[in-house]
Order: sequence, then structure tokens, then C-alpha cells
Amino acid sequence: MKKLKNLPSRIYLLLILAFFYLPILYVVIFSFNESKSLTNFTGFSLQWYEKMFNNRTMMEAIWYTVIIAVLATIISTIVGTITAIGLSKSRRILKETVMQVNNLPMLNPEIVTAIGLMLFFTSLQIKTGFTTLLIAHIAFCIPYVILSIMPKLRQLDNNLAEAALDLGCTPWQALIKVIIPQITPGIVSGALIAFTMSFDDFIISFFTTGPGVNNISIYVYTMYKRINPSINALSSIIVFVITIVLVLVNVVPLIRDRKKKGKVNEEDFSNSIM
Amino acid sequence: MKSFSRLVYPYVVWAAIFIVVPMLLIVLYAFTKEGNGVLTLQFTFDNFARFFSDSIFPNVLWRSLKLAIITTVICILIGYPAAYFMSKLHVNKRTMMVLLITLPMWINMLVRTYAWRGILLDVPVSGEIKVYIGMVYNFLPFMILQIYTSLLKMDPSLIAAANDLGANKFETFRRVVLPLSIPGVISGITLVFLPAVSSFFIPKLLGGGDFVLVGNLIENYFVSTGDWNFGSAISLIMAMIILISMFVTKKLDYESAEVGD
Repeated sequence: MKKLKNLPSRIYLLLILAFFYLPILYVVIFSFNESKSLTNFTGFSLQWYEKMFNNRTMMEAIWYTVIIAVLATIISTIVGTITAIGLSKSRRILKETVMQVNNLPMLNPEIVTAIGLMLFFTSLQIKTGFTTLLIAHIAFCIPYVILSIMPKLRQLDNNLAEAALDLGCTPWQALIKVIIPQITPGIVSGALIAFTMSFDDFIISFFTTGPGVNNISIYVYTMYKRINPSINALSSIIVFVITIVLVLVNVVPLIRDRKKKGKVNEEDFSNSIM
Repeated sequence: MKSFSRLVYPYVVWAAIFIVVPMLLIVLYAFTKEGNGVLTLQFTFDNFARFFSDSIFPNVLWRSLKLAIITTVICILIGYPAAYFMSKLHVNKRTMMVLLITLPMWINMLVRTYAWRGILLDVPVSGEIKVYIGMVYNFLPFMILQIYTSLLKMDPSLIAAANDLGANKFETFRRVVLPLSIPGVISGITLVFLPAVSSFFIPKLLGGGDFVLVGNLIENYFVSTGDWNFGSAISLIMAMIILISMFVTKKLDYESAEVGD
């Protein structure tokens, strides 16, 4: 009886999932299509994968996307962490002003941030290209890193760092040995957000890059009038990589948790017999 | 410990250069004429006058707002039941659903929109409908997840209390569940409406080029025409409208909270 009553809601959720996965399924299927058609599946072939790997502009776009995302993540995570720690020890006025300014890129429509940076680079007559693209990515990633670390710092017990100093640590040692380890979850999630933001970005990249430097998003955008099934091949590879990474990220902690729990129980057990 | 506060200074300089100065530049460009040197700055309202004197521009702005509002409403109408049903699932299935909804969001937005272009290529509907499908597809997950989170946070004993006090299922929903989930709906609105107003690749990829929105207008004036002063003025007008709508939404949220009390 209960099962039947839940049926409509189950069907509804399945329809929602079908809607979300339809384009992904489509992309994967048509990446193996024999012909150039985007609507008729005529037969199996790997030609679009081959074409993709032989397409220099496409491979360059992939390369730029990855290298920019990696560099922007590393730099924005380091700067963001340092700034967040500094902010937690600053006067309130400074802290609030910096946080307000920091929120601007997140509150503004992305296109406004994008043209602001573009106007900035061109009015200083800086040639747009790899460097400006990287700077722009670092600039919009840092706010997210700071925002994900700040709550962890708020939870941090101030006495711990004081204790470290009392026990003879230099401030630097206290930072590395006491503060950083405690805010690591915040740093990791900040870095993850930064990476995905940078990897997926289109609007800001589109306005701040120069000739010859494209990322995947810009490449897809420039194809908007043409039919190019190689993009399906590229999309399928992205789908494949992301699925594996997400499964690993979600499953590995589960297994680790289980192991830990097992260990804890053992310890409890040994403690109780002793 | 106080010495740590010095760690902020590099970012203060960075933020001033890469966040504050670009914003000021947009304002400066919007209020000046084309081809100005630093010494011969001439302030003017011409760019704004031009925007409102020709009905084309306000029309495009209105079309973008309408698109963003309708997209947001559709996302609420489809997303609320989904979030509600999800919150009723067993905890394992619930986590699975969240994972399944999040997964497509990790795939590049352009790539997913390009896929829709292929699917809808031979489907005989207007460009406008295709744009709506693309918009809802891209923004619905945000709405579902926001509402879902607010529904999960709800204290189940409140629903039990409503039942004990004689409310039927519908009344419980209308008078307890719905008002308590409004904050989730509001944050969903901010996550959908804000990027929807300024989006410009979804209309371009799916609308077939003749569906111009304010984002496309800005893109044109910066990339093709090179009239940065007018482009800046359009961005400023759009940013102001978004700011006002955000303010109104926040205010509505506040008032609904008061009524709820």
C-alpha cells in the first residue's frame, strides 16, 4: 500500500533525473556516431575521438583549461589561506571592509566582473593572453577560498595558538603546526571550489583572454554556429573523468570512515577489557 | 599573534587593484565619452540618455528580465515538489539523489548547453522555448538543492505537533512546511535569477542568434562594436536593476518571516 502511494513521487523524481541526464546520455551516444549528423545515429565509430586528438586548437584549449585551473587553484588557495588567517586576527573595521570588497565579485553578475577586468587590462595597455587570463581566474577564485576558510577559523580555539607560543613555538611554527592543520578541511574545500570554478569558467575568461589562448568553454562557444561532433567526444571524456573523480571522492571517505569506525570500536573494546 | 594581521596586507592591495579599480573603471567609462585621454575627461549622461531614448534597448532589458523571472518561476514550480519528495526519501536514497543531481553540475555549462543544441536541432519549437529549456536545465539543480536543504533543516516535531493539533496533511504543508521552507526558496531565487538575467551564451547557443538579451548586448558593444562607454553604461544599468531586485527579494523574505511569526 505504502509503495503504491509513493509511486507518483518516485516517478516525478525519475523524470527529473531523466531531464538532467538526457544531454549527457546524448553526448556520449553521439560521440560514437559514424556520421556528422547530430540527430541520426548511423553507426559506431571512433572517428570523432581521433579528430579531437588531431585537432590542435582543441587540444590547446584543453591544455590551457587544465594548466590555468591548476595554477589558479594553487595560487588562490595559498593567498586565500594567508588572507583568511590574517583577517581572523585583524581589527573589525579592516576585516569587515575586506569581506565586503571580497563579496563583490560574487554578488555582481559575472559579466560585470569580466568587463571590469577587461577595461582594467586594456586601459593599462597590458596585452591580453595567458597572463591576464590567469590573473582574472586567481582574482575570482580567491574570494571563494577565503569564504570557505573563514568559518573554520571562527571555530578555532584561540588558546591553542597561544599555548603553542607559550610552549616556545615561533609564530610561524604556531601557524604551520597548530592553525593550518585545524583549518585543512576548509582549505581543501576552498581549493576544490576554486578548481571547478576555474575549470568551468566561460564569461570572465571570454573577456580577459587574448588571441590564440582559449579554454574549453571559449572553444565550444566559438563553435556555436557550426556542427562539430568532436565536441561530443570531448564532452564524453569530461563526463567520464568527472564521474570517476566524484565516485572516488564520495566512496573513499566512506570506506575510510568504516575502517576508522572499526578501529575505534576495537580500541573501545580493548579499553573496556583493560 | 597580532603580527598575523599583517598577512592581510598583500590581499588588500590585490583586491584594490583587481576588484575595486575595475568596478570604478566601469563607472568611469559609463559616464564619459568615447576617445578620451586621461587629461581630457568629459563627463556626460549621453550613454544613459541613448539607452532610454531608443526603445530597442529598454525592450531587450525587459526581455532579459522577463526571461529571468519566468525561468525562476518554472524552477520553483518544478523544483519544489522534487525537493519535497527528496526530503521524504530514506537517508541513503536521499544522499544518492543529491549526488545524482550534483554530478551534471560539475560538467561544463557550455558543454551541456551545446548538447541541448544537438538534441533540439530538429525539434520544431521556437528559439525562445529552446532558450527556456536550456535556462531551466542549467539553473534547476541550484533551486532543488537550496529548497531541499531548507526542508531537511526543519524540525520534524513541528509537523508532528501540527498533526496532533488536528491539521490535515494539506494544512500542515500550507501552514508549517511551506512557510519554513521560504528561506530556501529565496536563496534559490538569488542563485537562479542573478545569473539568468545576465546570461548570454544560452540564448546565443540555443536561440539561434536572433534572441538578443542584455548580456548579448553588452558582449556586442565590447567585442564587436568596441563602444566600451555605451557597453559600460548598459552593464551599470543591469547591475543596478539586479541590485534592486535582490533588495526587494530580501525584503520580501524578511516580511514573510514576520508574518510567519
